[in-house]
Amino acid sequence: MADTTQNGPVLAADGTPLKRSLSRALRMQKTRALMLVAPLLLFVLITFLLPIADMLFRSVENNIVSDTLPKTVVALREWDPASGEAPGEEVYAALAADLQVAEENKTHTRVGTRLNYENPGISSLFRKAGRRVSKWDIETDGPFKEQFLDMDKDWGKVEIWQTIQTYSPTMTNGYFLNSVDLMKGADGVEVRPENERIYITLFIRTFIMSLVITCACIVLGYPVAWLLANLPTRSANMLMILVLLPFWTSLLVRTSAWKVMLQQQGVINETLVWLGLVADDARLVMINNQFGTIVAMTHILLPFMILPMYSVMQTINPSYLRAAKSLGATNWTAFWRVYFPNSVPGIGAGSILVFILAIGYYITPELVGGTKGVFISNRIAFHISTSLNWGLAAALGTILLAVVLLLYWTYDKIVGIDNVKLG
Amino acid sequence: MKLSKLSALAASTALCAPAVFAEEMANELTLVSWGGAYQASQIKAYVEPYLAMHPEVKVVWDESSAEATAKMRAMTEAGNVTWDLVDAVASDAMRMCDEGLIEELDHDAVLAAAPDGTPASEDFGELLVSDCFVPQIVYSTTFGYRTDLVGDNPPDNICAIFDLETYPGKRALQKRPIDNMEWALYCDGVAKDEIYDVLSTPEGVEQALAKLDTIKDQVVWWTAGAETPQLLADGEVVMGSTFNGRLFSAIAEQNQPIGMLWDMQSFDLDGWVVPAGLPADRKARVMDFLKFATDTQRLADQAKYISYGPARKSSAPLVGQHAELGIDMAPHMPTDPANAGNVHVYDYEWWADNRDDLDAKFQAWLAK
Amino acid sequence: MSINTVEPQTPGFVAAVSAAAGAFFGLFVGTAQGSGLLGIVIGAVLLGTMGFVFAGMAEREKALRWIIFAVFLVAGFALGGLSVALVGGLFGWFAGWFIFWLATSRYRAPLAPYLTPGQVLWHYTFRVIAGAIFVFLITPILVVMPLSFNAQDFFTFTPEMLRFDPAGYSLKHYEDFFNNPDWQQALWNSLKIAPMATLLSVGFGTLAAIGLSQPHVPFRRAIMAILISPMIVPLIISAAGMYFFYSRIGLQGTYFGVVLAHAALGIPFVIITVTATLVGFDRSLTRAAANMGAGPVTTFFRVQMPLILPGVISGGLFAFITSFDEVVVVLFVGSAGQKTLPWQMFTGLREQISPTILAVATILVVISIMLLTTVEMLRRRSERLRGMSPS
Repeated sequence: MADTTQNGPVLAADGTPLKRSLSRALRMQKTRALMLVAPLLLFVLITFLLPIADMLFRSVENNIVSDTLPKTVVALREWDPASGEAPGEEVYAALAADLQVAEENKTHTRVGTRLNYENPGISSLFRKAGRRVSKWDIETDGPFKEQFLDMDKDWGKVEIWQTIQTYSPTMTNGYFLNSVDLMKGADGVEVRPENERIYITLFIRTFIMSLVITCACIVLGYPVAWLLANLPTRSANMLMILVLLPFWTSLLVRTSAWKVMLQQQGVINETLVWLGLVADDARLVMINNQFGTIVAMTHILLPFMILPMYSVMQTINPSYLRAAKSLGATNWTAFWRVYFPNSVPGIGAGSILVFILAIGYYITPELVGGTKGVFISNRIAFHISTSLNWGLAAALGTILLAVVLLLYWTYDKIVGIDNVKLG
Repeated sequence: MKLSKLSALAASTALCAPAVFAEEMANELTLVSWGGAYQASQIKAYVEPYLAMHPEVKVVWDESSAEATAKMRAMTEAGNVTWDLVDAVASDAMRMCDEGLIEELDHDAVLAAAPDGTPASEDFGELLVSDCFVPQIVYSTTFGYRTDLVGDNPPDNICAIFDLETYPGKRALQKRPIDNMEWALYCDGVAKDEIYDVLSTPEGVEQALAKLDTIKDQVVWWTAGAETPQLLADGEVVMGSTFNGRLFSAIAEQNQPIGMLWDMQSFDLDGWVVPAGLPADRKARVMDFLKFATDTQRLADQAKYISYGPARKSSAPLVGQHAELGIDMAPHMPTDPANAGNVHVYDYEWWADNRDDLDAKFQAWLAK
Repeated sequence: MSINTVEPQTPGFVAAVSAAAGAFFGLFVGTAQGSGLLGIVIGAVLLGTMGFVFAGMAEREKALRWIIFAVFLVAGFALGGLSVALVGGLFGWFAGWFIFWLATSRYRAPLAPYLTPGQVLWHYTFRVIAGAIFVFLITPILVVMPLSFNAQDFFTFTPEMLRFDPAGYSLKHYEDFFNNPDWQQALWNSLKIAPMATLLSVGFGTLAAIGLSQPHVPFRRAIMAILISPMIVPLIISAAGMYFFYSRIGLQGTYFGVVLAHAALGIPFVIITVTATLVGFDRSLTRAAANMGAGPVTTFFRVQMPLILPGVISGGLFAFITSFDEVVVVLFVGSAGQKTLPWQMFTGLREQISPTILAVATILVVISIMLLTTVEMLRRRSERLRGMSPS
């Protein structure tokens, strides 16, 4: 041990200090690991994360008003809605000029549609105005206020101008307010009228039903996972195919199959009637309601519960149970005090996975959920493809995503993502 | 000498080239439609004949009509429109036309005249609801009922859907306010021509929803046209609304015990629209096809395969028998005088303004 | 001699348990016929007597079981035709098996000899419960298969089908699948998109998984979280985001766009399965290879790859099925040229209900079973290779 007596740094074979040499090796290892991960990280960033960020941005983006009606927006800044009077001639003149340009580019109806979300009726006001204004000569045909009011007396309404003014900025929280059943009223944020409130209800329902589905999955998944974990590997793997098979059957087909099973003239009701357990005229209503959604989704998500539970239970040593029993524990005590605590991580992993997946489901609730069994995702899909209110869809999506990410983070903290196993 | 001839030829070709290019037609045609029996009728009636005339053309189908507006908007935003000709319902066409997503057409210039020389604009008449829209068919949303579940008293009045005593059982209705609100008001005693005036007031909306409330727990709400025939075939519902062609195929082709209730059927139009800003060669092909596909004979041919009324007046007399079943198609058309005694004409303009608002209210009501 | 307490049971015990089972089935048949109580009594007496009589005749088990089966089959046929005969036959088979299973104490054989009767009862009750859950898992598939042979164009069990009338069945939906150009094109598109997407996710995914399993990776948790996120983010959000973004960069409606989207969705599966395989990977093997002069590339292909191959393949299969069964994203990102099987099914469900969808599903289920069996074989092979012999 000559080195230790020297008091100098420990040297590696090539003469550099060992500490530096080791840290260089570590750095190289780190770089190599990162180099291996980098292509995929880049790939996911471009194909997945950027698109999502792009979509989320739409929930606050509101360029359309100021882009389409630039002069009007400027002219309206001076106007005070509290005055209770429609703005003056200069605003109408600006609007006429803006509309003429917009009509040419066919953008005036888009801004109309945008404002129509906030104040129904504006859409047709803009459409009609566009047609008329295109024939005017902005230089000579003024004054315009009269002509606008002539066209439709609604152009004199304070609310119309207030809406345009409120939605002039290029960013808006309007979509987010809408997605929690609020709106921008005359004096700040206010609650929507009762007959238009829907999203809070839907969020709560999505949450509760996902919870019920998760519980159902725990109850059904636990015995199966236990059986799989305690059978010899060969039989367990064969049974595992039964678990994975529905997993691989098209979601659409499974949902249709549940329709065939659950409807009033369906397989289950027919069997029950045949067995005499229910009367023919009192068939059970099991579909187009929450029950239908819960059954079908429990079925669809059950494998996601069984697989993590199974992988945890596999690691529990069966001799613990035997030891407990030989020490005098009853069957129940042995299970509840020894086995169950050991399997809790599996339940946790499965639950959060199932819950996260359930909360974002859309096709199954759409097909079997009726009116009471639909989720928030159904409204998101509706706003994307039918009502075309993409901003609102993005706002709803952002809230949903935030909830999911929160759960994901919890999941990571509690179980760690590396511990997810699939078969 | 040979050389100069060649160069002269080359020069003339070069001179002609731009003109030739403008006339050149793309050989791939992407058509957007609904799939199912309706698309099949389009294929049989005019796509196959057109391909027989132009074997160089390749047709690609995209069954995206249900999301036509959303996809057109996204494609236009991205400046990458891949569709050539889109089949859309009238309300979608008007919306896309408003937003400048589709081309405005001079109907008389681009469409064939009737065989007797009547210009297209007159032949289509008031069905040309938008400058961008070339109607093909008139269809209706109407009711079918299970003949074996209604006893000896088959319904002949729309208000049977609200009559739970005479016709107990579930009903299938479309999960949207359009049509349902109007039917509810009509059956609540509002005169037909006042429906939209009433519906424009908050009380009118409440009234319609209150009427729908009376049957709410007996309604199965559908979103896709194929659902009601399936529900009727299963006996899940005693009556339900859907597109009349769907009911026809369940009755005539599948021999299901279903009857038609035409009262207060809601007329609607379906037709072609051309995306705005297509390159010249693709547009030339589209216009050539469009002219062929919407002429009098072709629209009449389409009615051989599906029970939707041709949009041209001149096609009506040519409507014959079903291509495979050999039954007369005229009595199955929504436009047949026997069926069109009492129809509901739905107001596009009004719905364009109020759709978002009423939809929010309708959905809130559904969720309650 | 091994400890073997298994000996034939007394006729009394067999009779009692059989009677209980008979009462249970009798309850259902009885209520169906109008009187539950009578059903219980008849069922209990019938099976109880059978149990008592046959318990002593275990040596002639085979013949007796056939006879019981035949008697119930014929009785069922006499009572209510072909479909009841089927139920009767099944019941007869069960009764025969159950009586002799009890009588010869076979039910005790796989269990530890010291278990109390209560524990034995619980053991089998538990099995029955688990069996019911397995039935729940595969019922939809059991419904889909017969319906795909429906002669009608609806998803309904017609009276003809329930009577086992051959006229109620047909292969026309299978013919439609094989002859209809739309379905064939959809199949072809799926087969073009899924392998390409799988290749991308497996390629990038395996590299990244190897990177992640190195002993020192900075930000490991964060990276892992990002890579798993496509599985976690609600599909509708992913689909909408990709739709807008891909439109912007001109990928919407292209083959490449759909492949990229599907590859992104498949990545979490590859990461999860491959990292799981690498956990059991013995790092000294690569060091040994390096020691003997193999470069990193040779080491990877000759040492590491063969050992983690089962994990890679199984991750690849997950990725493949994800793409093959994906409908939401392709509806948004794809266009006519990329119409996949699930898309065609979705159109089929929405526009024109046709059991062709069920025929396709049945075919796919059969393929799935084959794929899953392959995975299982590969797993066994890998365990053998790694010396972890199956218990």
